[in-house]
Amino acid sequence: MKIVVAIKQVPARDSLLKVNSAGTWIEDADLSWEINEPDAYALEAGLQLKERQGGEVVVLCAGPDRASQTIREALAKGADRAIHIESDESGISDPLHLAGIMAKALEPEKPDLVLTGLQSEDFGFGQTGVILAEVMGLPHATIIMNVEAEGSGIRVKRELEDGWFQNVEMPLPALLTIQSGATKLRYATLMGIKKAKTKEVKKLAAADLGGATSSVEVLRIYMPEKTKKSQIFDGPPKEAAAQLVEKLRHEARVI
Amino acid sequence: MSGILAVLEQRDSRLHKMSLEALAAAQQLGDELGLPVFAAVLGAEPEGLSGYRIEKLHVIEHDLLHRYTPDGYAIALKQVIEKHRPEYVLFPHTYQVRDFAPKLATSFGRVLVSDVVSHRVENGALILVRQLFQGKINVDVQFAGAGPCFASIQAGAFRAGALQAGSAPVEKFTPDLSASQIRTKPLELFRESDRAVDLSAAEIIVSVGRGIREAENIPVVQQLADALHAELAASRPICDNGWLPMERQVGSSGQTVAPKMYVAVGISGAIQHLVGMKGSKTIVAINKDPEAPIFEVADYGIVGDLFQVVPALIEALK
Repeated sequence: MKIVVAIKQVPARDSLLKVNSAGTWIEDADLSWEINEPDAYALEAGLQLKERQGGEVVVLCAGPDRASQTIREALAKGADRAIHIESDESGISDPLHLAGIMAKALEPEKPDLVLTGLQSEDFGFGQTGVILAEVMGLPHATIIMNVEAEGSGIRVKRELEDGWFQNVEMPLPALLTIQSGATKLRYATLMGIKKAKTKEVKKLAAADLGGATSSVEVLRIYMPEKTKKSQIFDGPPKEAAAQLVEKLRHEARVI
Repeated sequence: MSGILAVLEQRDSRLHKMSLEALAAAQQLGDELGLPVFAAVLGAEPEGLSGYRIEKLHVIEHDLLHRYTPDGYAIALKQVIEKHRPEYVLFPHTYQVRDFAPKLATSFGRVLVSDVVSHRVENGALILVRQLFQGKINVDVQFAGAGPCFASIQAGAFRAGALQAGSAPVEKFTPDLSASQIRTKPLELFRESDRAVDLSAAEIIVSVGRGIREAENIPVVQQLADALHAELAASRPICDNGWLPMERQVGSSGQTVAPKMYVAVGISGAIQHLVGMKGSKTIVAINKDPEAPIFEVADYGIVGDLFQVVPALIEALK
């Protein structure tokens, strides 16, 4: 089975974010970066499928130079090779544009299965996977907790609201967007890290791959204005606790 | 048609609770932009829409639409949109919409503006607000170029209570669909846990998030719950780790609650969690990060180390 896993490098989860003075993006010069968490689960799902079915896992990543780090980490975990779409675009990119570029990059690959995280932790559009499926003409399913090969196709477990789930049978080739949290994530072994150094990373320039023009214009980004009047107690724990209990008893009257 | 089309969701003829909010959004935007409001629903005609002001309710019926599939829904809606040409197509931001709406928008060469939290109209142009970084930062966007404008609305962004009464004449539509176009086969819906805990019945909920760091630390939060006579709940990662059962999960994939008081301990307030509890009457947040999005919705908050604050709170409650 040839499995393509699309991954994204995003600012580390607990980063302190500041909007830049132009209001176009965050100040990202000094941030730490990591793999988008749902994509780590997509990679894990791909690696587990490869272990069961045989085949190869190809990692696809669009991003600037620093994304190489995240690509190498994916290779160290067991992906076989990678495609790095080099793109310097900072700020919010259009998922339709991005999916077009990714589809072009994948044309020679003809994967059996494409896996993406269900959404990215920076933009959070939650659409690139679905758009990619439509552009590539693949059937898809989203927010997937489990994938199993079944006959010539797959059977997937889809998460729904309120504790509900649904199984779906699908043919291959197909695309799935993967939900976080269903399995444990593996760590790269020392051997894996060593092997990663010589695994192939094909570089493509985003500008060469076309892509659609945007139908959505970003006007500005900003810290949300507080609409609710919160009372925050930030003194020493004992004092803060006493103040809070006082308010809950006599102001909010909930205890 | 020109106008705003609200695509509503139903299961077994009952409307999804967010559908009424999407309809309220369509009515409000219709008033602000001077556009008529239409609605569409796939499958059977649902109960509960006849008393609301809708120009026309399109009921889209076909044998192949009895069970939801992204292919079926996207193809059928494309035909409705091409026939009636609405300027705006609104959806509630449900799991199902996340599954098919981006596919539908792409088929028109458009991008869906997803999970909208608020809006405004400036010089006749609609500006929508989305969230980035799990709710830490907002972004204003507007549509560009020609073609229908697709947007999905976050739970609670509009209130079903604001719906305007009126009549909703029904028009049935049978799309052109063949079995070979439906590529996926959906099976039965099922639940995994028995819902022995009904969080929606609890008056006070104490909820724990990633800030707790390890399973071994959870008892300290349980003690706080006991001191408040509260039920214990958790954000998704805690349940994914198996530290608390799935039935205690609050959020878009777990339970939605609105208790008298919700105490969020070590919970950052990512969107998926907030949509499950922001309707709570009094919200208390304890978090060491003063910028955590949970403080956006908190009535009271303590910025500090929960491992010191929670024991202090238990003491203060005695």
